[in-house]
Amino acid sequence: MNPEYRFSHKHVLGLADFSVEDIQSVLQTAESFKEISSRAIKKVPTLRGKTIINFFFEPSTRTRLSFEVAAKRMSADTFNISNSGSSTVKGETLIDTARNLAAMNPDCIILRHPRSGSARLLADHINASVINAGDGTHEHPSQGLLDLMTVREAKGGIAGLKIAIIGDIAHSRVAHSNIIGFSKMGASVTVSGPATLIPPGIAELGAQVSRSVLEAVDGADVIMALRIQKERQQDPLFPSLREYAKFFGVSQKVADAASPEAIIMHPGPINRGVELDPKLADGSRSVILEQVTNGVAVRMALLYLIMGGD
Amino acid sequence: MPGLILLKNGRVIDPANGIDQIQDVLIVDGRISAVAQPGTLSEQTEGLVFDLTGKWVVPGLIDMHVHLREPGQEYKETIETGTRAAAAGGFTAVAAMPNTKPVNDNQTVTTFILAKAAEAGFARVYPVGAISSGSNGEHLAEFGELRQAGAVAVTDDGLPVGNSQLMRRALEYAGNHDLLVISHAEEMTLSHSGAMNDGSLATRLGLRGIPHIAEEIMVYRDLALAEFTGRPIHIAHVSTRESLALIKRAKEKGVAVTAETAPHYFTLTEMAVDGYNTLAKMNPPLRTEADVAAVREALREGTLDAIATDHAPHGELDKDMEFDLAANGIIGLETAVPLTLRLVRENQLDARRMVELLSVNPARILGVPGGTLSVGAPADITVIDPEKKFVFTEESIQSKSRNSPFLGWELQGKAVLTILAGRITWGQETFSS
Repeated sequence: MNPEYRFSHKHVLGLADFSVEDIQSVLQTAESFKEISSRAIKKVPTLRGKTIINFFFEPSTRTRLSFEVAAKRMSADTFNISNSGSSTVKGETLIDTARNLAAMNPDCIILRHPRSGSARLLADHINASVINAGDGTHEHPSQGLLDLMTVREAKGGIAGLKIAIIGDIAHSRVAHSNIIGFSKMGASVTVSGPATLIPPGIAELGAQVSRSVLEAVDGADVIMALRIQKERQQDPLFPSLREYAKFFGVSQKVADAASPEAIIMHPGPINRGVELDPKLADGSRSVILEQVTNGVAVRMALLYLIMGGD
Repeated sequence: MPGLILLKNGRVIDPANGIDQIQDVLIVDGRISAVAQPGTLSEQTEGLVFDLTGKWVVPGLIDMHVHLREPGQEYKETIETGTRAAAAGGFTAVAAMPNTKPVNDNQTVTTFILAKAAEAGFARVYPVGAISSGSNGEHLAEFGELRQAGAVAVTDDGLPVGNSQLMRRALEYAGNHDLLVISHAEEMTLSHSGAMNDGSLATRLGLRGIPHIAEEIMVYRDLALAEFTGRPIHIAHVSTRESLALIKRAKEKGVAVTAETAPHYFTLTEMAVDGYNTLAKMNPPLRTEADVAAVREALREGTLDAIATDHAPHGELDKDMEFDLAANGIIGLETAVPLTLRLVRENQLDARRMVELLSVNPARILGVPGGTLSVGAPADITVIDPEKKFVFTEESIQSKSRNSPFLGWELQGKAVLTILAGRITWGQETFSS
């Protein structure tokens, strides 16, 4: 890495804004922080006195807890607001709510919101740092980073790998961040799924599109299955979960078409037996729980890099 | 006060009379009294004299697609502020779309709009009635009474008429009352709560896309219905290349179709939306370079008949929010002239064609007076300074709303004097020195 390099982002809105060096910097920092979580006393004073608000408009177990654990292991004070408990249900706009939160002088707001661009909107209106914990169908940068970290750990590097992402690409912010992140880091990304769930112009984000799942995973080093949202059946996007599982689910047969050392990933929560065979999810090639462990480290790194530098 | 006004030494561009030369124009008692060689009209001792050397004198501009928001959404615009913005932009007449609250689907709302417009006195307002009552796409509105009260056309603009049988019946029945039917062409099951043009930018931003075929399928349907019923149709705010190809083909077949576009469709592409800029959110959405090029070509060669602004005022309340929740539309009255003049400077249009698109043709399509500087005609006149440079700022805006993607743009050319029936509605102070 260039010795002059310094991580200089105030916000983490999407991997589209990150350079290769930014991503390397986060991954290196996360790798050095990972050890903290295996200590007997899992706490360092780095962010003591910092205030972090978890502002979650959508249900989330993993991501919200991961951010909270990360913040607490760095000694920051954390507060959680969910949609049902917030004043937005009383008709307050996102901007007004955010301005009120900002008036309490938090150092960082972590936002999960169903509308694409909402994290940027927040960043434009308040002084605190904003971390996008998933905005609509746009990006989920911390998930992309933890996936990069997990692959880098398992494979020793990212450049030159073949990544296959299978499922609902159109509505997946995880897919978007991963396509951007992996292609920036020199991997080749192939996506596959029902054509109704492959968005137009995905090639311009850096992904190749394959009509067949078997073709997409051919020789792949990484297979990532995406969660299929059951409510999507109401749009005429695919006929049934049964048919989806049969033609687009990651099965043993699909896994066998990949490289023998291929790892299996999933951002969770899994619909077992729909997008992923349970045996694969629990098998020796699965790194799904390692993704969760690395999620804490990546989020510690992000919090440190945007707040710890001063 | 009506009286005598002499406009000297301006370049008079009056396509209806085949005039494009330096002339003097004399206005007496609200009508054009004479158009003659410079210096041949004796200067009156009483009355106003303007030396318009270097300026264009054209028939009053007519914007056939404007949302005045009154009644119902007066925080966005009123008939007074909207028509003042029209005068400031060089327009002497506007057609007011019916999606007010309540919807202009009856004579009472039409009468109210006309009364408010007369009270304001900034521009002629031609109410456009709804096709369906409440614009809910089910039953025909009372076209006869709308016409009697003063409506000149019908549309459910803002919403398409999804039901093809209703659209057919509207075209047929409008014939009884000499009303133009205006189509907002959008196949709603394809646009499907989309927020911007469908494509790679929408994918990158994570926004639901509106494919161009959502417009084109409905353009085709309405052209087919116009041909089938033998009734004229006007296609509003055309934004795509293929819509234009369909319209061109229908015109060649002799279908009675006219069409308009808006300045943003020949000025901006979908890239204006990048960064979630809600000031560039509109319906139909901004499209691609290829569409912009096709719109420009269609303006030049005649597939498009008119430039209309689709002036759509919204407050911060409607725009300052998450992109897919923000309202569609931008204000347009005060930027139409400079944005169209860009095409003239780039030799895409000549001055005469610009006047046809902004005055002559809208008058003809709507069947209303205007579009000419003939002796005896009402003195609705716009004076344009094609060279004047200015920065479009919020402070300069006469509309009640500020939702424009052109804020901060350096523009060239604007209306400097607007005259409605011999009365100056805009710009006198420019000349008072």
